[in-house]
Amino acid sequence: MSGALLRAEGVVAGYRPDSPILHGVSAEVGRGEVVTIIGPNGAGKSTLVKAIAGLVAVSDGSIRLAGNEIANTPAHRLPARGVAYVPQTDNVFGTLTVHENLRLGAAPLPRRAAARRFDAAYAAFPVLGERRDRKAHVLSGGQRQMLALARALVPEPELILLDEPTAGLAPRVAAEVLALVRGLAARGVAVLMVEQNARAALGVSDRGYVLVEGRNRLEGRAAEIAANADLGAVFLGRRPPVRRPAPRAGAG
Amino acid sequence: MFLQHVADGILSGAIISLGAIGLTLTMRILRFANFAHSELLTWGAYSALVFVGFFMAMDEALGGPIGPLSFGWALVAAAVLAGGLTAAVALLLDRVVFARLRGHAGHMTLVFASFGVALLVRNVILMGFGPDPFYYSNELQIAVRVGAVRVMPDQIFVLGLTAVLVVLLHLFMTRSRTGVHMRAVAENPSLARTSGVDVDAIVRWTWVIGATGAAVAGVLYGLTVQLRPELGFSLILPLFAAAILGGTGSLYGAVIGGLVVGLSENLSVMVIPSGYKPAVPFLLILAILYFRPQGLFGEPR
Amino acid sequence: MTGVFSYLVFFLVIALILGVAVLGLNLQWGFTGLFNAGVAGFMAVGGYAAAILIGPSRDAVAGGFELPFVVGLAGAMAAAGAAAAVVGVATLRLREEYLAVATFGIAISIQLVALNWEYLTGGTLGLIGIPNPAAQLADGPLARNVLYLGIVLAAAGLAYAGLGRIVQSPWGRTLKAIREDETAAASLGKNPVRLRLEAFVLGSAIMGLAGGLYVGFIGYVSPFDFQPILTFQIWTMLIVGGSANNRGALLGAVLVWAIWTTSGFIVSKVVPPDLQAQSGALQAVLIGLLLVAMLLFRPRGLIGEEEHVSRHVRP
Repeated sequence: MSGALLRAEGVVAGYRPDSPILHGVSAEVGRGEVVTIIGPNGAGKSTLVKAIAGLVAVSDGSIRLAGNEIANTPAHRLPARGVAYVPQTDNVFGTLTVHENLRLGAAPLPRRAAARRFDAAYAAFPVLGERRDRKAHVLSGGQRQMLALARALVPEPELILLDEPTAGLAPRVAAEVLALVRGLAARGVAVLMVEQNARAALGVSDRGYVLVEGRNRLEGRAAEIAANADLGAVFLGRRPPVRRPAPRAGAG
Repeated sequence: MFLQHVADGILSGAIISLGAIGLTLTMRILRFANFAHSELLTWGAYSALVFVGFFMAMDEALGGPIGPLSFGWALVAAAVLAGGLTAAVALLLDRVVFARLRGHAGHMTLVFASFGVALLVRNVILMGFGPDPFYYSNELQIAVRVGAVRVMPDQIFVLGLTAVLVVLLHLFMTRSRTGVHMRAVAENPSLARTSGVDVDAIVRWTWVIGATGAAVAGVLYGLTVQLRPELGFSLILPLFAAAILGGTGSLYGAVIGGLVVGLSENLSVMVIPSGYKPAVPFLLILAILYFRPQGLFGEPR
Repeated sequence: MTGVFSYLVFFLVIALILGVAVLGLNLQWGFTGLFNAGVAGFMAVGGYAAAILIGPSRDAVAGGFELPFVVGLAGAMAAAGAAAAVVGVATLRLREEYLAVATFGIAISIQLVALNWEYLTGGTLGLIGIPNPAAQLADGPLARNVLYLGIVLAAAGLAYAGLGRIVQSPWGRTLKAIREDETAAASLGKNPVRLRLEAFVLGSAIMGLAGGLYVGFIGYVSPFDFQPILTFQIWTMLIVGGSANNRGALLGAVLVWAIWTTSGFIVSKVVPPDLQAQSGALQAVLIGLLLVAMLLFRPRGLIGEEEHVSRHVRP
């Protein structure tokens, strides 16, 4: 994968410099490729995606997009550089209308380019076009996920980062969302996603990474990872995976 | 008598609304209760006084009254300049004090710092202008009868201007890109940031809009009441009452809240001794926090 | 020499009375993270309550029960605690800045009551002739002040020791845990709202105690003794000394009161007497600058908090 669009190498990152959550994680995503990161709770999956999205400080390693270093770029500059990020929860503006949510997606664009993109978004997601002037908080869970994706796609990103896009969705809606994700890759977008629902996510992915305790444990073709017996042990919960320390009392 | 109190209540309510809009925006977007906000009203009112003096010194005719109003173009121009100067002061205070505390200090430290800043601004004005009241103009006005109510032409102007400013602000918040971004940051700053919104720029916009509104409210207060160094201090509770009543962050809530506070204050004198009038906003705050803490227009959490 | 000594005694009495109020504020802000913007109001409630309980009876004014001084102080604490409960119950389950707004409001309202409810408070004239407990035991102003300093030292010492024990008790440690991480503390089955209310009421009662001590010393009470600037002074004392540290609270009280009185002395020499309002403003600006500068450059105060609580690693 020497031509990978995104190349993260030896990333050390966390909320506090003295206690990083990622201890040197590497990952690559090529154009038109769907890559899924899986691993037990607390493995640092979301942290990796947030570090790429500029929300978590990177203290060591590099994150390159098409060869350019993007580590520690302020989060609001990344959409203009072709990186979109859809968080797991609260990923739409509930007090804004559907159309205003799309206008947020156009934040990195020059004013004139925006209108055409909105038409494209409504064409791709007709269900949103029908609810253009509704407040986003009245939408169903699936429709919100569509809106979050549509908003992220307005600036036509090269790389899209998805944090658990199917969390909390009914299985049928989750499958719909994953099919959409596959469709994005078909259009040449690079997709990096984090999923709890590992089997379903690997089903639409090209490759996968397994993280455990902030380190790379395993990587390979999605089908191989899904078939790997070790994997079940690590995160599908067939036997207790990595032992976590018991939660500490509030006061020490 | 009742109708007269209603008319006076709407008038003072309009001024409170204008001040409370800025306060509610700060509470929502900057996420702290800014006790220094009402001192921006004092600052705006006194800077307009200085500018009026300038214009009058340049050309006496500028001070001549416009139609039935008590003031001339000098005050209109002075109010615009005062708005700009007050916005600049708000940005400076943010740069020097609040921005440094944002992020690393607990958010109540910001509330606390605003307390100190309020004390500073108030006393700097007191040092500069002394404790005695000032007026923009000494013109006498003839009251107009509207039904059973007497109103001054200035008071009608105040109401009209407030209505125009509220409509303009509404259009700004719903139509303009910056306005939509402001509402997005108010709801979810992190999501707005990852969507490509420069949150720091939105914070600066918030200060500019809030401070300009405060300056205009201060000038209108000075016009219809008088200029005193404690002008802002005496409005701290009414402004907070309006913002909390309307539901923190709600623009229209702040407007309605301001009117409710103004009306309650003025009608209260029919029931309780007028010496207790300044306590009315506090009683409103207590009542709303007991019974409907999300405010009249806020959504329950 | 006796002049200097008697002034020093006078100065220390006032500084330590204010120090007691700072200890109360420290329980609220330093140990619990509650913002009280109406310290002067709670001190006023205590001052008036004490004055009504121990003051001489007179016509047209309520109270004048001529009760013992200690009863007056207990009443001061109870009254200030009750006032705190009124705003605490309304606000402590809500966003934390609502407490700031409500305490600011109650202080303003208390001042209005002090000014307007003449039957209870004597209005603008206030209540005079409050017996000084030290006067009955000592002859002459100096001996009286020295004796009163002893009373204040005892009160401050009691408050200091009591609060020290409370902070180290399981109750106090839970308070700190709540301040650091409310959700974690709540998950251990502690009711954060109730604990904060208790801390808030207790802290305000201590402010009421300071108000009672003050009134007992100066012998009268009027609305002008508890102006909003007093709230700033108490806060500055806490921040300068270092919040969450009771020794710092007392040190800050003495230090800031020294700065305040010295600056007042200098300003009165420099500024002509007809500009009295401006010279008061200059003093307020100085204290405001001190406060903001401490927040920006030395937020932990002169004596910072002692680390007792483990640092939480947030995910």
